[in-house]
Parts: sequence; structure tokens; C-alpha cells
Amino acid sequence: MKKLMMALTIAASFAVAGPAYAADKLKVGFIYIGPPGDFGWTYQHDQGRKELEKALGDKVETTFLENVPEGADAERSIERLARAGNKLIFTTSFGYMDATIKVAQKFPDVKFEHATGYKTAENVAVYNSRFYEGRYIQGVIAAKMSKAGVAGYIGSFPIPEVVQGINSFMLGAQSVNPAFKVKVIWANSWFDPAKEADAAKALIDQGVDIITQHTDSTAPMQVAAERKIKAFGQASDMIKFGPETQLTSIVDNWGPYYIERAKAVLDGTWKSHNVFEGMKEGLVVMAPYTNMPDDVKKLAEETQAKITSGELKPFTGPIKKQDGSEWLKAGETADDKTILSMNFYVAGVDDKLPK
Amino acid sequence: MALPRSGAHEMTMFEAILLTVATAATPLLIAALGELVVERSGVLNLGVEGMMLMGAVTGFAVAQYTGSAWLGMFAAILAGAGFSLLFGFLTLTLITNQVATGLALTLLGLGASAMIGESFVGLPGVRMDSLHIQGLTDMPYVGRVLFGQDPIFYISILLTIGVAWFLFRTRAGLTLRAVGDNHTSAHALGVPVVRIRYLAVIFGGACAGLAGAQLSLVYVPQWVENMTSGRGWIALALVVFASWRPWRILAGAYLFGAVTIGQLHAQALGIGVPSQFMSSLPYLATIIVLVLISRNKRLTLMNTPTSLGKPFVPDR
Repeated sequence: MKKLMMALTIAASFAVAGPAYAADKLKVGFIYIGPPGDFGWTYQHDQGRKELEKALGDKVETTFLENVPEGADAERSIERLARAGNKLIFTTSFGYMDATIKVAQKFPDVKFEHATGYKTAENVAVYNSRFYEGRYIQGVIAAKMSKAGVAGYIGSFPIPEVVQGINSFMLGAQSVNPAFKVKVIWANSWFDPAKEADAAKALIDQGVDIITQHTDSTAPMQVAAERKIKAFGQASDMIKFGPETQLTSIVDNWGPYYIERAKAVLDGTWKSHNVFEGMKEGLVVMAPYTNMPDDVKKLAEETQAKITSGELKPFTGPIKKQDGSEWLKAGETADDKTILSMNFYVAGVDDKLPK
Repeated sequence: MALPRSGAHEMTMFEAILLTVATAATPLLIAALGELVVERSGVLNLGVEGMMLMGAVTGFAVAQYTGSAWLGMFAAILAGAGFSLLFGFLTLTLITNQVATGLALTLLGLGASAMIGESFVGLPGVRMDSLHIQGLTDMPYVGRVLFGQDPIFYISILLTIGVAWFLFRTRAGLTLRAVGDNHTSAHALGVPVVRIRYLAVIFGGACAGLAGAQLSLVYVPQWVENMTSGRGWIALALVVFASWRPWRILAGAYLFGAVTIGQLHAQALGIGVPSQFMSSLPYLATIIVLVLISRNKRLTLMNTPTSLGKPFVPDR
């Protein structure tokens, strides 16, 4: 492995050089928001990249740029991958959306894949995962397990992907205990272990007895373990950080998608699309249900089975918005467009959504 | 309201917050004190973030192998000091540009720590035990805060006292400040400028290493790449805004910690102020307060090391 620092920017973005050239290989590039060693979001994308290398062997060659900030640096970094001959580029954070579209216009023969966004183009596909399906199950478990009736939720940024999760968690919890409460703290960072730990401590000090997070480090899990309450992991199975703490974790499983898309480029069948896949397709996997009584585990498994089969859709009415107005009538299901641009809370969330 | 149980009595919310603030402030305080001494000797080392990361990864690794958080801490101090020696050699012996070298040190520290730490990712770390004195720690209200914290917290307070005393009450401290204010005069007086600066740089590195160890052994006992998340830069800013005074650095670090934790609590209470604004509050508050207490221009000028960042080449 050779790590070379290639860029010095104000925010300092870093690059890792992949193995040496080979002309006939499909070069696949990845842009990461955090370090592959975060053991969360980026870690799982990197696992997907490794699966891709393993599955397609000599046919592909992968490179990644890590710690790329969302913003002006993103555009430069994506362009660098494109110039370096990568023909398929995965940009793996919501905030890379506009930068991806911009660079894609300059490189029409390069295929781009943007994670969790909504803007597509001839050569830009969008892939997203229904993480919120897992959040619903977490909500069900939280409402069963919490004695205080309040869970703490550590959010990163108030973007649709995160808001979906909070709402789905709330709805899952309300399906068990209609009076359940969720307290939200925004870390305004995807990855700052110390700050995430502080947020967890603040929530626990204010009386929550279940922690869930939509930030990428394992720090909140450790704090929960230290304070002897229960918590949910994020993006990867974090059981090692809380053997007696983790209830379950939403595990992002990107590998199969990366393999499929790289194959499509190799076959010449790649087409832009906008996919939004979840438990059914295997993109969202739940870590084993642990540290809970059998009846809770059973309920969680049943909920998971219903979501996987499509019988249960978390955003199905009747659902009221936080302000009390009606969002979905009884039996009505939210369409993907609404879900992907969700910028409001459902009733019961104890927070004001930052705009 | 449910509060965490600990020891004989229930911790109050106030105690809980105070403890969290101390943990948040300690790495900033230690790293900034180290940099203060470096800058007082006339050297600007922008590599604090990199040295902290080296300390964090070394501390974690040694604690992991030996099972002792204390050994981890000492190793982190050595790692920080060793890493700063590289900076010292480049800027003091080879007279490279201090700003560029410091930035390079940060980048190198980020990359090198990530490489060293690759196999430690995903492993729960060794936590440094907090102090527990029978009777004292269990005292209501003040027990945990005064007698129940981690060892690095106490070191940070002693370090503040020590640095303040050294700089302003000892002859060696006076010499160090003289070197920082005017290296040519100091040299003419026979003061070994380069040697003093080497020692200051090494001290700064050791402090940054210790600050890193606090992160990976106390704050969040784990190793993840870039786990300092910019705390080295905040420490650097603290030194300037505290106008190179140790006690002001302590005030600044705790203010920063307090506002950081306070805004999280305010968010959890759901007071409805935009979280983006709340997140920027620690920076704003710290800068405003430190600028206000440093508004006496004459005193600030007096405290600014005049030779800061200027290369020194002894003319035989």
C-alpha cells in the first residue's frame, strides 16, 4: 500500500494513489467524504470498493480520494479522478451532487454515479439506499427498550437522507408507544468523534436512555457503553464498541451495486438511472439483534420481514407533520420524490428542523 | 430528569456538564500551551494537528499492545516530541520556511498516523482510568469534578501553572522570551538561540503528543483517521487570541469547551435556534472574548514574540 499526499488545500484534502497503470483495465474512482478508517459510512463504501476489486480482479483498477470536503474541493477532486483516466466515478456523499453534475458535463465519456442525491444526467446515475427502512425497525426497538420513553438522535446535517431517518425512527417508535419522544442534536459534521461523543453525553445527561446516530464514528456507541445505556450503530456493525450496548446497526452494503455497475460499463450496457433500493435488494442489512429480550427481538424480526416483503412501508398514513397538519391520509404511501426531498418532521419529534 | 449514577451520590446535571467541558477543553489547553512555548521562543509550528495525530495513534497503539494507558500516554509524548524534532531539524538547522514546513508536518502527520493506525481501526481502545479517592471523589457536587477526573486533566492544570511560572518567573523563561523577541540580540549576548528553540519545539511536540493521547485514551478511546478533526488548528488560534498568555489560554480553552457543550445541551432541549449557528458559536464566543480581553494594544504588542516565524542564521 502506498499512501501519497497529493493535494494541499485550505481544508486539506488528501489523496491515496492506487496501484500502477494498466491501459486495458477499467479504472474506477471513488470520492470519500471521510477516511476509510472511520468504521462507518466511508468504511462501508471502501468495503464495497474492495468487493468490486475482488469480484472483477484484473478487469478493474480502483482509486480513491479520501477526506474530500463537500464544496469547491469536491469539484477539483472529482475532476482529478476524471483526468487520471477513471471511466467510472462514484461520488459517495450527498454534498457532492452539484460538483458531480458539473464535472460530468466536462467529461461526457466518463460515467458518474452519485450516492444519495437526486440530480441525474446522461452520464450521471444516482443510487440511494432506503436506510430509513432500518431506522423504522430501530424505532420499534427503541420504544420497546426505553424506560424513559425518550431516545437521543445525533444528526449530521439536516438533509433529506437524515430527516427521513429521524421521521422513520419516530414512526417506528410511535407504532409501539404513541407518546415516545426523540431529542435531536445536530453535530453539523459527518465525522468528528469527540464532538459526537459530547453530543451523546449531552443527550444522556438530559435523560435519554437510547442513543441512535446519523454521524459516522463509533464514539457515541462508546459513550453509551460507558454510561450503560443502549444504542444503535450506524453504517457498519459496531458491536465491538458496545458488546453489551448495541441493539442492532444499519449496515450499508454497497458491494453488489458497485460490482453490477462496473460490469455494466465493461459490457457497454451502462445507462443512467435513479435507483432507490433498500432491504429487499440487500443494500440495507441489519446487524444481529442483540442485548434485547426475545419478544423485542421477535418483533424486530417480524418488522424486518414485513419491510423486506413490501408489506410494510414506513411512510404510510395516517401521518401528521410536526405542525399538526396532515401529510398522508390513512393508507396513503409517500412517493419516492417526496421521500427524497423530505424537509419536515413528523409529529412527535422534539426539535425544530434547521433550514 | 434521569441523571447518570456514579459512586455514592447522583451526579447533578451541573457536575455532568462540567466534566464534559473539562474533557473537551483539556486537549486544546495542552496543545495550545505547548505551542505557546514554541511561539514564545520565536518559532511558528503549524504542525500541531499532525503532531497530535501522531500522539493519538502512538498512544492508542502502545496502550493496545501493553494494556497500559499510562505507557500509551508516555509513548504519545515521545512520539509528539520525536515528530517535532523533524520540524526542528528542517526549520532550525536547514532554515526552511516555518509556515510551509509546519503545514507539511500536519499533512505528514495525517498521512503517517493513518498508515500506522490502519490495523487499529475498529478496535475498542484502552481507557485511562479516572482518579478515585475514597471519600473525596464521592463528595456531593464537587467530588467528581475536583477529585474524580482523568490524570491528563490534572496534568493539564499543572502544566498551565508550570508554563506560566517558567515563562514569567524564571531566568530560563526570560531567556526563552528574549530569544523569541530578538534573536539577534540574544545571540550577541551569547545565548544559544538555536539550542533553546530546539528545546521549545520539542516541548511543543511533547504537549501536542499528550493532547493527542488524551483524545485516543480518554475522550474517545479508539483510533480513527483524522480523529483530531481540526483541534490542532483551534489550539493554534487560541495561542494568538490569548495573546501568548498561559492563563488566557486556559480561559479560552474552557470557554470554547463550555460553549461547545452548552450548544449541544441547548439543541437537545430543542430551543429552536438554527444548529448551524449554534455550531459556530464556540468559535465566535472564544474569539470575541479573547479579543476583548486582549484589546490593550500596547500589552498585546508587548506579548507578541517579535521574531515569530523569522528564520535565524547565526553569523559566526
